[in-house]
Amino acid sequence: MSERLTTDVAIIGGGTAGCAAALALRKRGLSVVLLDKGFCGAGASGVNFGGVRRQGRSFAELPLAARARPLWDRLPELVGEDGEFKATGHVKLARSEADMATLETYAQGAAEHGLDLKLIGPNAVRDAYPWLGPKVVGASLCADDGQANPRLVGPAFARAARRAGADIRELTRVESASFGGETFETVAAGGLRVESRWLINVAGAWAGKVAEWFGDPAPVATLAPNMAVTEPLPFFISRSIGVCGGDVYVRQVDRGNVVFGGGAGWGDIDLDRARPLAPTTETAMAKLIDMIPALKGAMVIRSWSGLDGEMPDHIPVIGPGLHHPRLLHAFGFSGHGFQLGPAVGEVLCELIVDGETSTDIKAFAIARFQ
Amino acid sequence: MVEPRLVVIGAGPAGVRAAATLARAGRPVVLIDENMRIGGQIYRQPPPGAERPPEALYGFEAAKAVSIHRALDGLQDRIDYRPETLVWNARDRVLDLNGPRGTERLVFDRLILATGATDRSIPFPGWTLPGVFSLGGAQIALKAQGCAIGRRVAFVGTGPLLPLVAYQYAKAGAEVVAVLDTSSFLTKLKAAPGLLTLPKLFAKGLYYLAQLKRRGIPIVEGVEGLAVEGATAPQAITWRHGTTGGRIECDAVGAGFGLRSETQLADLLGCAFAFDDLTRQWLPVKDAEGRASERHLYLAGDGAGIAGADAAELAGERVALTLLGDLGSRVDAGRIAMLDRGLARIQRFRRAIEAAFPFPHRFHASIPDTLTICRCEGVTAGDLRRQVDGREASEMNRLKAYSRLGMGRCQGRMCASAGTELLSHWRAAEVGAVGRLRGQAPVKPIPVAESSPGTMA
Repeated sequence: MSERLTTDVAIIGGGTAGCAAALALRKRGLSVVLLDKGFCGAGASGVNFGGVRRQGRSFAELPLAARARPLWDRLPELVGEDGEFKATGHVKLARSEADMATLETYAQGAAEHGLDLKLIGPNAVRDAYPWLGPKVVGASLCADDGQANPRLVGPAFARAARRAGADIRELTRVESASFGGETFETVAAGGLRVESRWLINVAGAWAGKVAEWFGDPAPVATLAPNMAVTEPLPFFISRSIGVCGGDVYVRQVDRGNVVFGGGAGWGDIDLDRARPLAPTTETAMAKLIDMIPALKGAMVIRSWSGLDGEMPDHIPVIGPGLHHPRLLHAFGFSGHGFQLGPAVGEVLCELIVDGETSTDIKAFAIARFQ
Repeated sequence: MVEPRLVVIGAGPAGVRAAATLARAGRPVVLIDENMRIGGQIYRQPPPGAERPPEALYGFEAAKAVSIHRALDGLQDRIDYRPETLVWNARDRVLDLNGPRGTERLVFDRLILATGATDRSIPFPGWTLPGVFSLGGAQIALKAQGCAIGRRVAFVGTGPLLPLVAYQYAKAGAEVVAVLDTSSFLTKLKAAPGLLTLPKLFAKGLYYLAQLKRRGIPIVEGVEGLAVEGATAPQAITWRHGTTGGRIECDAVGAGFGLRSETQLADLLGCAFAFDDLTRQWLPVKDAEGRASERHLYLAGDGAGIAGADAAELAGERVALTLLGDLGSRVDAGRIAMLDRGLARIQRFRRAIEAAFPFPHRFHASIPDTLTICRCEGVTAGDLRRQVDGREASEMNRLKAYSRLGMGRCQGRMCASAGTELLSHWRAAEVGAVGRLRGQAPVKPIPVAESSPGTMA
């Protein structure tokens, strides 16, 4: 069976960024075909920790993260549901004096980018969060960061885009894409061919392969987060929690389950398979108890992983390809793209419709890997 | 040559026969089991101090039970038996254990999975009330603890376990108020010729029924619309039967609709699965000699498809011989042929059993929206249908992601069957086409702990 489609924009990848781009483009009147090998929002967008935070990001990401933040409040209006987003605040813990110095330096830099963080000393941190362990010596709070349910957000953008008229094809694996001088041709399994003026590569862990088809250098490494969750416990972890070094992070959802992660699982993009690793889970458990001793003995009911793309400098590639100005990349979110996704969609749409974006994305140019 | 590390998971009839066969061939073997004592569910032994005579515990099967319990006698020097130990994760050639010694990693070369089965549930109004047990649970209460689930007990569902458990309760002195079978007399009659392939087993089933009738216990066949009444405990059970119906008072209910294989470890180890139309379950693929798709893995017993305890014993020995052959040992071809003939005979009987006691999957079409399907997460049938309609959930893992079905303590072991059937009926799609839940560690919950385990290489 062969099917041919012609569209303004073809999108490879149905994560939050791709679906948000599809939605934004439809609102500006462009036709969109989006292809995903599986289900939209079931990849890195759907299996991550669910942190919606700006604190701790590279300063280069803060303008984009700042643009994303109000979109999270507006999810019901944008996509018809709130994705269980809650502005619980994000606390980054210091476990040594050196950590505390790092937090202080970061807070000063962040302030210059318009992000207000509140530093908390050793006594105040214990007053505010008496359930923290003795190794915690201080913290930095971003009161307006939060958390959301990653399993809901990506699919909600996909459905909103479909309602807006985007042609979204799930279970449709892209096999090749090429530029024919005027238009792009994207070929998917089952014989589907999509001809488009624009092509967006938001293929996550697989985006490096797509970039290579067009001669763009993209050293994308596979990143598999290592996540786990406990049975429901009485609610007490009021904030989303991270640490200096990033080796463990935890949040508790309203219904009581404690979600935690840290370290790397195993993943293989050729097999399209990812798994948490028992030693990683056990290490995360030990660190979790250090951070919040009361969690010792809580029953872990599930662990999971997924596949994301990681760049050598841990910030994404966003912007046009080197050889084809109408090829746009947005990938390599390096394990912290969840919060950015909705804004990335808008930025991609602006690049296509307006030819430029109001958000500073210079640091994300793919040319840095030339 | 270094002796390969051989591991058997599960100490029911399949695992015990497998381990004994390996040990008798001179191979050291690690036998891991969640229970305190060997026997599995079918030949479960009471905890120390609560023993009773085998005849009282296992009835007709007493000799088989004793034979399994004694199967490892004299082989202890070659069998590293690890009771009360959960294999909570498995990947490549590594098992993650959680037991009396804490957590531990065990590296293996070849593994026999004999993980057994649990009851298959169908939700009906009242099924989550305290006092409503699975059939297997009701049987274990009697066998292991010597107690009944209630004073006036109704048994409902279908399958060979239904009359057996009812009979065991009646014999133990409990008042069995009714046996309600969802399979009709006509359905069973049609399957009778196939059931006669194993006349002794067939006769046992008839004996249990006759004993129930002799005691004046009402047996209703072809029931539908089951519901348990009661606010905090069962007070009565009601049902429909053709154009009429019935109601009988009770204070406990045992309900079961056949068994489902415990396949999580096979899944975590990457075994290929196929949908079995006969039993409407996803099962790990195995070849005629018991090898899984991953060549260092072997499958035996009910964990690889329900066939019962007799088949499990044969299959356990059979895969052990396959494994020994794969290691280059000489194995007795005559013995293999005999085991294969026995397994083939039971398989024919099994098909007749499935025909006589079909899984009443159509019940899922009429489950009311308010009924809880996933108990751990409190997900109702209406919640699931709303995910299908509103969020376009067309596949089980999507349904799980949106609704939380199967995300709780049981990880879908108890609710995935009902969820799959409900999704299939609601979308009018084949049940084999709506996918299966991906297995995730831990197989059963494990505690957040400080210690990082050592590896037994």
